[in-house]
Formats: sequence, structure tokens, C-alpha cells
Amino acid sequence: MMMTTALTVLPTQDLQPFKGVKKVRIEEYFTSGHRTCQGCESALVMKLMAKAAGPRTIILGSTGCMYVANTTYYSTSWVVPWMHTQLGASGSAAVGTAAGLKVLMRKQRIKEEPINVIAFCGDGGGADMGLSSISAALTYPEYNFLILMYDNESYANTDIQLSSMTPYGANTTFSPPGKARRILHKRWKKNVACMLAAGHPECRYVATVDASYPLEMMNRVRKALSIGGPTFIHSLDPCPKGWDYDPMQSHELGELAVETGVWPLFEVENGILKFYGKSKAIAQGRKRKPVREYLLRQGRFAHFTEEDLDYFQKKIDGMWERWLLPGIAPFRLADDIKKALAKSEAELEATS
Amino acid sequence: MSVATTEAPVPATAADKEMLISGCAAIAQALRLADLDVVTAYPIRPYDTVMQAVAKLIANGELDAEYIVASSEHDQFEIVKHASAVGARVFCGSSGVGWMYAMEAIAVTPALRLPMLALVGNRALDDPGAFGCEHNDALCVRDLGWMLTWVDHAQEALDTALIAYRVAEDPRIFLPCAIGADGAFLTHSEALVKVPSKEKVDRFLPKYNRRDKQLHPDNPITVAPQVNEDWVMEIRKQNDEAMRRARGVIQEAYADFHRIFGRQGGNPFVEEYMTDDADVILFGQGTLSMPVKVGVRKLREQGHKVGFVRLKWFRPFPTPEIQDVLRRAKAVGVIDRDYSFGSPNYGAVLYNEVRSALYDLEERPRVISFICGLGGREVTLDSVTEMSEILLKTAQTGRVEQPTYWIGVRG
Repeated sequence: MMMTTALTVLPTQDLQPFKGVKKVRIEEYFTSGHRTCQGCESALVMKLMAKAAGPRTIILGSTGCMYVANTTYYSTSWVVPWMHTQLGASGSAAVGTAAGLKVLMRKQRIKEEPINVIAFCGDGGGADMGLSSISAALTYPEYNFLILMYDNESYANTDIQLSSMTPYGANTTFSPPGKARRILHKRWKKNVACMLAAGHPECRYVATVDASYPLEMMNRVRKALSIGGPTFIHSLDPCPKGWDYDPMQSHELGELAVETGVWPLFEVENGILKFYGKSKAIAQGRKRKPVREYLLRQGRFAHFTEEDLDYFQKKIDGMWERWLLPGIAPFRLADDIKKALAKSEAELEATS
Repeated sequence: MSVATTEAPVPATAADKEMLISGCAAIAQALRLADLDVVTAYPIRPYDTVMQAVAKLIANGELDAEYIVASSEHDQFEIVKHASAVGARVFCGSSGVGWMYAMEAIAVTPALRLPMLALVGNRALDDPGAFGCEHNDALCVRDLGWMLTWVDHAQEALDTALIAYRVAEDPRIFLPCAIGADGAFLTHSEALVKVPSKEKVDRFLPKYNRRDKQLHPDNPITVAPQVNEDWVMEIRKQNDEAMRRARGVIQEAYADFHRIFGRQGGNPFVEEYMTDDADVILFGQGTLSMPVKVGVRKLREQGHKVGFVRLKWFRPFPTPEIQDVLRRAKAVGVIDRDYSFGSPNYGAVLYNEVRSALYDLEERPRVISFICGLGGREVTLDSVTEMSEILLKTAQTGRVEQPTYWIGVRG
């Protein structure tokens, strides 16, 4: 009997980045048959995600808009195999599917080949109920899969109830502005991508994406599927129904989220943090657009007073100006630690 | 699947190995023999000794399976659910409130037609804090499309695990199956167990083949879409039909098992003990059979016509066998290691099932509910005598004076 302590990780598909829009494959793997709302950015995320992954892919979808609207019996929009998983189970669905494929290939019951496994969840399924399952999933280094969280900032399929990812103050059916209390929802949005990148040392790739930048978004999906092991992507998706705006503005709102600094685009790849897209320029000092340009285009903030807008702006300013990692890690270092770390960083630079 | 029940019996050979092991370790041996593919573990007493045994088998290279220590019971059951969907043979389990924590995953598995095998090491749903045996945990799935069987000793645990895979993975069935094993009494008690050879098991248990339901890029299906009122009733009806078919498939599996291994002959659904001329019959499931059989034997020595019937399969519920066996008695006492607060006659779960099964008979016995042995409390010989005396009196008078008794309760 062979004694082994080494990890056995199956090879992944070699998904090189698409070099320009014209190089993107023409085939669709998420196609007609769905009944998402007009202007639904999450549907676009599904389409781009499937396109980036290609045909040798299994997709698992936890309960949420992208399950309810996309898989009407007899008119499924999925060209690749797809299976529902429970609301809080996207992490477990990915692990179970990857583990099943792996053992069946090892026992030669199915052909050995790299098959992409993607489990997606909404912000409710991912950041609320399923966070523990995703966290657990990211600790199994021997399985290859991607968990993609499409974050439309509410439980949008059940009538727009707030989640832990709903922005401060937003009007939802669980946080309506009223005569006595204008702001019912006073929690600040969780930073899920940072939390998962920081807390899961075996996870080799975590990224935030925005489908208003489709090529960059698809290439991050391809990287996440190629790098090996468990990976995570957090996508911010404007939602006409939940955010209350004209469906034709989804794309612009996606851009504004980045340009105002509300949504930083970054990736942590093999332990190296990088900003990308417009967030890179912002991190390097380019002026951010005022958040009011983003907030006031959405009906869910229509009850905001100047005071509320100021509060929101100050929080975003603080995020970029006072956090250790701007827009990402919400703490600072004590002075003595800062000195010690600066020294060791210099040593690291010198030796490398 | 063709099942060749007419072939000549295969004699038990010396290849069977005898091992002194617990009920949980016996199930682990069955998993090894079944060449399990994916198993998920999470700790809760008392079921978790099966996972300790599985972990050891994997560490020693005796079993080649993906062994995943999950972060909750919900994760545990979801992971194997999805592994089963791509075609892996899976095993999982829990006890008491752990089983309840996984209930969402457990509830949806039958509709997905996934033949998951689970062990429920029966445990009280604590609070109040209690590790001991109660059947309410496993019984929570009684309406949901899980096949449910209760075992009595370690040998039966091993045999039933193999039979359960065969039935669950039969394409005519494709339903999950849970094995109820009384916490401590069965999970932890050691007994001599005949462990068959892999070669025999391979003859009995074909490979799991999900066929056109397998999730794979070569078979791009959409599993569990939105059906709503348009189709959900038809899907529920299909589940019902699979459960109805299970009866025959269980019978086939036992016949084949008996032919290949030389064990598990007789009625697959119920075990009868001294029932031939019995006026009164005690009825129950799981390990209480031991004290009840001893008690029955003692009462027989005193000239009382008492018998015992042990139920082996709770789902599908063997109505014809129950009718056939119990119609001969004047009074039946159903011993439940569970409760069902506020149910008819304030009786327990099994009692109301049995009573319902007997209702269509023109002549039927009186039925009494005995709630006994909760939270792992022992079912004593005194309790057996007390229950028998109540039944004998009921048989004599033909009247049920009190439908439900709590046996062995202080105060």
C-alpha cells in the first residue's frame, strides 16, 4: 500500500483569457427560456459566466432569482448540465459535485477529463445563510470549483427584502422609510470577498467583478476555473426591480458603482492583491465620482436627505482613505506593528 | 434489473470472516464491501462512531472513497446529495438534533430521486440534554419519501446496509434510505458479526448507475427546475409510485441476499416471535426486541399466550403483513420509543400507524399504545410484564379501558 500525504488535485481546463471582445467564443451556454426582469444584470452575469466556462461545465444554482427565473420546467435556459441546490448550500453543492466527479474518474467509472464545477448563489444565499458552507468549501484544497455570488443587494425574488448586503439606508420591503423612522436599515454591507480571501489560506483566487466590464468579468471567471482548488468571485449586479430604476440604466449603474468607489474591483491571486480596471486608478489617487450620482439614480434611496448622502459619502471616503487596504480591509495597523512590517517588507523586497 | 431468484442457493462459505464489532463498525464494514464513493462526517453522538470506523478504513487503505469532514449536518447531507447526482455511491448519517439540522437537505432528497444511504443513530431531540435513544429523530422523515428501516443487532445492521443500497439504487426506486439504529444499544454494543467476502457482495450489489439522470456534460440535463402547480403533483405521485414499488424490490433483494449469503431468510418486513397461538402480541421496532423476547419467554413459561412482532421496515409500511400477523391476536400492544404529542388517543407514532393499518379488517384486535424507553431509558422485564398484563386483561374483557400508557415513568 502506498503511503501518501500529498494532495491529489486533478488538472483544470486551460482557459486562457479572451484577448478582446472579438476573441470571445460565439456559443452561448445560457440562452433563451429564462424569465428574468428586463435589465436584469444577474442574468447577464449568468450568460457571461457560462460563456467564459464553456461546454465541459456543470453548474449548480442555489435558491434565488437565478434559480426561480432561469429554470422553468420545459424551458430551462441552461445548455450545460445544471442542478438546483438549497439556499445555503452553494459551497456544499460545489464540494459534493467535485468530489463525486473526482472519485468516479479515479475509479474509471467516467472518463478522466477536467470538468468545470461552478456553484452560484445570490447575496442572501451566499453572504447570509450560506456563508458557513462557502467558508468550509474554500478549505478543501483537493477539489476544483468556483463559487460565484451574484449580489443584487436584496432578496429580490421574494419581494425585495433586505440582506446583509443591502446598502445602508436602502428602502426594501423589510426596511420601508416611515414617518417616525426614515432609515430602518442601519447595517453596513459586509465585505465578503475580503473576508473569504483573508480567512482561507488554501484558496488561490478571490475576485470582485462587475458585468458592466464584461471582458474583464469573463476573464476572471476563466482564471478562477483554471487556477485549481476552490475559488470565489463576488459580482455586484444592478437590479432594476430592487434598486428601483429604469431597466435601461443597469450598465451605467454598474459603472457608477465602480467610479464612485462604492464597489472596488480587486483580485487576490496566489496571495497577491491587485486592484484592476477603474478601481486601480482610484487606489492610485484618481478622484472618485460623488456617491450621490450613484445613489440618486436609484429609487431605493429616494428618501435620503442631504444628511444621509453625507453620511454615505463619508463612509466611502473612509473606506478609501483610512482603511489598511483601501476599499478592502477595514482596519489600520498599530504604529509598532506598522514599523515592524515595513522593515520586513523591505527585507522581502531586498531578497527577491 | 433482472434478479435471478431461481438460481441454486449459494452456501455460506468459509470466506465469511467473523469479527467482534459494534453495530456502527458493522455498517462501516458494509460500506467497505459496497465500495463506497463519497462519505461525509460531522460529529454527534451516537451515530458518529460509524464515521470513526470509516475514517480508520480510509486511513488504512481498506476503502477508497472521498472522505469529507463537513462543517455542519446541513453541509454533510448537501455534499453527498450532489455527489450522488453525478453518480457516486454515498453515505451519510446523524443523530437527534443533528439530523434535524440537516432537515432541509433531507427533505428534498427524495424528490431528486437520489439513493442516498444514511444512518440515524437514534437519539433524543435534546433539550433537555440527553444522548439516549428515542425514535422521533428518524421518524421526522416518515412522510417525505425516505425508506426507513430499523435494525436489531450488528449483523442485521451490516446486512441491511447492503440490502438498502441494492433497493435504493434500483432504477425502479431511486429513493434515499435511512437505517434506524438505537443509540448505544445498537450503535455501540459489540457482537460477533459475519463479514462476507467482497466477491459475494459484488454478486449481490451492482454498481450504482444513474443512467439518463446522471449530471454530466455528456448528459446536459436541468435537475430540480421550477415546476410549481403545473407539475409538482405529478412529481409527488412519481415518488408515491416508487415507494409502492419498493415493497416488491425489497422482497427481491432479501430473496437474493438469502440465496447468496445464507442469511435474512423469512419475512423481510416483520419478525415474529412466539406468535403462532398468541392471544396478545407486543409490537415494536429496534433493540427493544431483546428484553421483550426474554419477557415473552418468561410469561410463556407461566402459561400466558403472549407473542412479539418486530417491525423491520417502517417505510414502506408493510400493511398486508401487519394485518396478516396481528389479525390473529385479541389485543396488540404497540411499544413506541417515541412520542407524538396531541395525536389520536395521545398515543405514539407507531401505535397510530398500526391502528390505522388494522382499521380495514372486519375483525381486528384491540390496540394499546405503550410509550416506553424514552431518552435511552431501559425497557425492563418488569415493564414487559406490566404491558403484557394490561394486554391480557384487555383480551379477556374485549374492552380498551385506557388507550395509552406511559410505562416506567416516575411520579
